[in-house]
Amino acid sequence: MRGVFSLDVVSGILNTMVGLATPFLYAAIGETFAQSSGVVNLGVDGIMLLSAFAAFYVSLISGSLWLGLAAAAAVGLILGLLMSLVSVTLKAEQGVSGIGLYMFGLGMSSLLFKVLVGTVKTLQGFKPLHIPLLGDIPFVGPILFNNNILVYGAFLLVPLSWWILEKTTLGLKIKSVGQNPAAADSLGISVNGIRYLSVCAGAALAGIAGASLSISLLDLFQDNLTAGQGFIAVALVYFGGWSPFGVLAGALLFSVVNSFQLWMQVLGVKIPANIAVMLPYLLTIAALTVTVNRARQPAALNKPFERGES
Amino acid sequence: MKLKRVLIAFVLVSALVAGVAAAPFRIAVIMPSATTDMAFSQSMWGALLTIQKEMGGPSALEIKYTDNMFNVPDAAAAIRDYASQGFDIVIAHGSQYGSSVQEIAPDFPKVTFAWGTDVNTFGMKNVYAYTAAAEQGGFVNGVLAAKLTKSQKIGVTGPVEVGDAKTYIDGFVQGVMSVNKGITVSKTWTGSFSDVALMTAAAKTHIASGADVLTGSSQSVVGSIGAAKDAGKVLWFGTQADQASLAPALVVASQVYDWTGMLRDIISQHKAGVLGGKTYVLTLENGGLKVAYNPSYSLPKAAKSAGDAAIAGITKGSIKVEP
Repeated sequence: MRGVFSLDVVSGILNTMVGLATPFLYAAIGETFAQSSGVVNLGVDGIMLLSAFAAFYVSLISGSLWLGLAAAAAVGLILGLLMSLVSVTLKAEQGVSGIGLYMFGLGMSSLLFKVLVGTVKTLQGFKPLHIPLLGDIPFVGPILFNNNILVYGAFLLVPLSWWILEKTTLGLKIKSVGQNPAAADSLGISVNGIRYLSVCAGAALAGIAGASLSISLLDLFQDNLTAGQGFIAVALVYFGGWSPFGVLAGALLFSVVNSFQLWMQVLGVKIPANIAVMLPYLLTIAALTVTVNRARQPAALNKPFERGES
Repeated sequence: MKLKRVLIAFVLVSALVAGVAAAPFRIAVIMPSATTDMAFSQSMWGALLTIQKEMGGPSALEIKYTDNMFNVPDAAAAIRDYASQGFDIVIAHGSQYGSSVQEIAPDFPKVTFAWGTDVNTFGMKNVYAYTAAAEQGGFVNGVLAAKLTKSQKIGVTGPVEVGDAKTYIDGFVQGVMSVNKGITVSKTWTGSFSDVALMTAAAKTHIASGADVLTGSSQSVVGSIGAAKDAGKVLWFGTQADQASLAPALVVASQVYDWTGMLRDIISQHKAGVLGGKTYVLTLENGGLKVAYNPSYSLPKAAKSAGDAAIAGITKGSIKVEP
């Protein structure tokens, strides 16, 4: 048996971590946008499912992965519009409408899969792109610079979304709408407009999260492909304190522990499998209770905006 | 008076029509995963479709299904619903449905209930139990795997350490060890029947640690097969359903659950007035289990004959596989 912390095992753990973290990053950063504007979207998992199917099916029939990716983002966008309509315009309870969206995505993706595809099939998804020079750096190169385009995209999204939220006028508007919609409104910012934009952008990212599963990491579709990843993504937003870099830390922690427990099982380390698979959840909950920064929570989270009320 | 005559005529015509068009035999099935799962649920669904064809199509055998019923209370409601709709046979296709069947069956003494995988009929006259001796095909797959591994490392990607997922893997390990005790068989359990992403990660971990042959069970192994395909040269052994179509170049063989023989028997028993009280066990000997070699994979002769010898040994009883 190799040592648990030999270099190739550590490299293996980190390699698996990068893949596992990818869908979480898209979905959780998307949710960060929605929540920063004051809307909790619990339908992320449903959006991921329907988009994962759309990406898979469109890629399968058109032969173009890019078209599949666009379809996934479009499906996400449409479901985002639906979520916005129900929770922003019609002011329905956000938790309930999100769960409704989840169930719609779960059922509809399953139905469409049965009718249009019928059985589990695989396709050739996005291939790894080896980045010259960087990819040749020992140890780090193969882990970080030998992945497919959607993996790179997920990690690039972190600084990009941070820049949008922290350094642009748009980011300021999103956060002000989430913190104090009445004040934002009095300054002429369209509260509902910003919320529509944030929820829809977030949902489109959840769509890409779904595509990252079906056409980039797993290269197949099956019923309930996400197995609840969208809900973990929502938890990661709280974990990350509504900051893209916080989300990155949470996604990496969850994924590295998951990857670690798989390696421990493969190496035959004597821990019961039940405990091993619980580890990522236990550690994330523990970290959540210790680190979460409530001060950063958008004050108007979960509250529909009505002009004249505060 | 006129109304009365019309009513009598209506009743007579209805009775005549009903008599001419014999009502089809009706079977309902409740499954934990999708009918398209390439594994446990699909094995039963495929068998039912075969039986329906044999009997003469939907006019002779009506089949209704509810799939993705991993949640037991929902499944129990579906079981009761089908029974009260007067289905002749209700199949509760999941080992988690036992207590639901035990509770519901006494309320519908004219309905046959079949459930599995398990052996317990609860002593009820209208309950059949069924199971598969998954360790047998597991042993055969293990023998073949041991003959084909070059790295002497084999990875097993399991869902939860229970039921036929466990017995299959136990049989598989015995098969490997019967050929070469020096081979390392590593096992991972993801704790979920449906988490494809984690199953894929588990398979990739086995491959990264040097395994060149993989196996596993549950509907989430489609992820493992995908990982094997990505790696290129890693072989796969399937169970429950024939998984060759997922990776024709890499799937060596699959243990296939063939429920058709059992279903034929349950239907004819029902027609003869016997509604339950028996346990069926699919084995290689009774043809309920089959090892389907993938014709697209060119299996070396020595390995094939070792596999065939294992099948023959288990069938004759000279090889005993512990579940």
